[in-house]
Amino acid sequence: MQILKNRHVAGWLQAAPLTLVLAAFLVLPIATIVTVSFWQATEFSIIPAFSLENYRFLFGSSVTGRVFLATFRYAFLTWALTLAIGFTVAYYLAFHVRSQSWQIALFLLCTIPFWTSNIIRMISWIPFLGRNGIANQMLISWGVVDEPVEWLLYSDFSVILAFVHLYTLFMVVPIFNTMMRIDRSLVEAAYDNGASGWQTLIHVILPLCKPGIMIGTIFVVTLVMGDFITVRFMSGSQRANVGRLISNDISLLQYPSAAATAVVLLCTVLLTIAILLRFVDIRKEL
Amino acid sequence: MAKVGYTRRSVLKTGAAAAATTLAAPMVWSQESKNIVLRQFGTGVSNLNEVATKVKEDLGITLEMTALDSDAVTQRAATQPDSFDIADIEYWICKKVWPTGNLQAMDVSKIANYDKIVGIFKDGKLTPESEIAQGTAPHTVGFVEGQGSTAFADEQTNWMTLIPTIYNADTLGIRPDLIGRPISNWSELLNPEFKGKASLLDISSIGIMDMAMVCESMGEITYGDKGNMTREEIDATFAIFTEAKRAGQFRAFWKTFDESVNLMASGEVVIQSMWSPAITAVKTRGIPCVYQPLEEGYRSWGGGIGLSKSLTGMELDAAYEYINWYLSGWVGGFLMRQGYYSAVPETSKEFMSENEWGYWFEGKEATGEITSPFGDVLAQAGEVRDGGSFYDRMGSVACWNAVMDENQYMVRKWNEFIAS
Repeated sequence: MQILKNRHVAGWLQAAPLTLVLAAFLVLPIATIVTVSFWQATEFSIIPAFSLENYRFLFGSSVTGRVFLATFRYAFLTWALTLAIGFTVAYYLAFHVRSQSWQIALFLLCTIPFWTSNIIRMISWIPFLGRNGIANQMLISWGVVDEPVEWLLYSDFSVILAFVHLYTLFMVVPIFNTMMRIDRSLVEAAYDNGASGWQTLIHVILPLCKPGIMIGTIFVVTLVMGDFITVRFMSGSQRANVGRLISNDISLLQYPSAAATAVVLLCTVLLTIAILLRFVDIRKEL
Repeated sequence: MAKVGYTRRSVLKTGAAAAATTLAAPMVWSQESKNIVLRQFGTGVSNLNEVATKVKEDLGITLEMTALDSDAVTQRAATQPDSFDIADIEYWICKKVWPTGNLQAMDVSKIANYDKIVGIFKDGKLTPESEIAQGTAPHTVGFVEGQGSTAFADEQTNWMTLIPTIYNADTLGIRPDLIGRPISNWSELLNPEFKGKASLLDISSIGIMDMAMVCESMGEITYGDKGNMTREEIDATFAIFTEAKRAGQFRAFWKTFDESVNLMASGEVVIQSMWSPAITAVKTRGIPCVYQPLEEGYRSWGGGIGLSKSLTGMELDAAYEYINWYLSGWVGGFLMRQGYYSAVPETSKEFMSENEWGYWFEGKEATGEITSPFGDVLAQAGEVRDGGSFYDRMGSVACWNAVMDENQYMVRKWNEFIAS
């Protein structure tokens, strides 16, 4: 029993469960994906022989570049919009609503739409935005337009609209959380020193919210970059991001090619997050 | 509706004439068959709960159905042979899946109504004069040399890969009220008149055939064999469609049945690739929709049921009994009243009224209301089926859904097309 008292052994034992879980459910699957990405496939069999063909095709196709670019564009626009909306909502909740019970009530109100399924919330936009949808009928009856507006549905607009709708909460929650922990006397001190409301926001509140913003950003960016179903439904299969490329490959039984795309996507997302983490040391600021 | 009563005895009687030996066996274990469960999966078209209910009633076999889209079906048949007993798949899927060895060939001598199966599935000819269309025609992948063989036979043998169950001829669906002029060619799909109001289905192996029909109709490409294109032909086809896509010709692409119905019913799209029951679904909402026969002919497809290689013993016998029951008419009538065709039309006739048979099969004017098996009114007295009779429709098939030798290349090009 002496051996268990050794602090190194005890430390290893304590870390073991998590290590095993991560090894089995994270490291192993990723290793498999990386391995398969170097294989080849026909419709009905996978050929386990090392080949760079999948990557050669991926980097040789002009479509890959376009699709990655589109993925980044979706991620960036969604991020910018969810940040603007999320920050505003969180700011209102944290600084304008005085009573704590109201704060909690309004915060819960924000989450109510999220009790329904993602897919339902997304698909309900389709009849709303369609050529003969509610939005177009309203615009026509108000005399804003004469012809139905076509780009409302099955366009980049509808894709980003759905993304923003789906993911804004992921921005609101962490930002709200950090705002609630800002020491109110700091805001008062800023006022006392003659800072305007705007200056307080920019120089005091915003810097203190950085960890929340960063966590929200990581959520939104990774969700958007990995998504395929929103893009498929809201663009009527007309637009593509990397997720759709992978899902197309899988549905056509091209597993190795899908794995190669997944590996490239994984690297891209990890790089993006690494860059984001350069800006804020989340661990220190939490 | 005159429905002939269906009993266990009647299937035995009809079956006995053709295959007395095989059908003697089921009688022995007919009591035990009540406990047999067969797991069937396939595309939504024929995976109907009504069939499961009826087979339970008639044979006592429990059928567990799973409906998936074509791609998922292929994937499952190719990769998870133990997850099913019966695969309800299309013939082009069979071409992909058979070489995996996950399915077992069926002994034709155990199929009671084999002789009555339509020629398309046997020698490829609807009538002795018919020409065989391009693509993966069912008879080309319908037979193998023997049990365990992974290569297809060139002619009829005693071993069938799939027992044909259901098939149809597909064409473009249109909204006549929103188009307002006759449509008679596939090329209309890319007519700039319908800019932003056209749609194509996003299932590569079927979509490519629709594309080929369009390109050929436009006079842009002459294919050696639409069902087995060369790389140059594939490139040329996608070039034309990519250009149209970039010019905004398409409103959307659809992948599931309900998407195609919604696109058409909401007026987002006025012309698109479509499946027959989708037309019906649009019509039952009171919206005019026509399954437009076109000069160049139809793109046809056929499905059948195949047996998993892991089926043995009593389950295998039950599966044969199920297949014989399937071809004995009730299912055929049920499917034909939705606008599909049965592989053994003559047995289905007994399960349809004269009016229904006339409307759906013979292309005659309906003498009374035509209703679907689910009770929806599909046509009024005096109306005629789009495209006419069975022989008019199946007789002008230009190509079959296909998998090509260059399939992998095509799939990648398809991916690029969707992403472009």
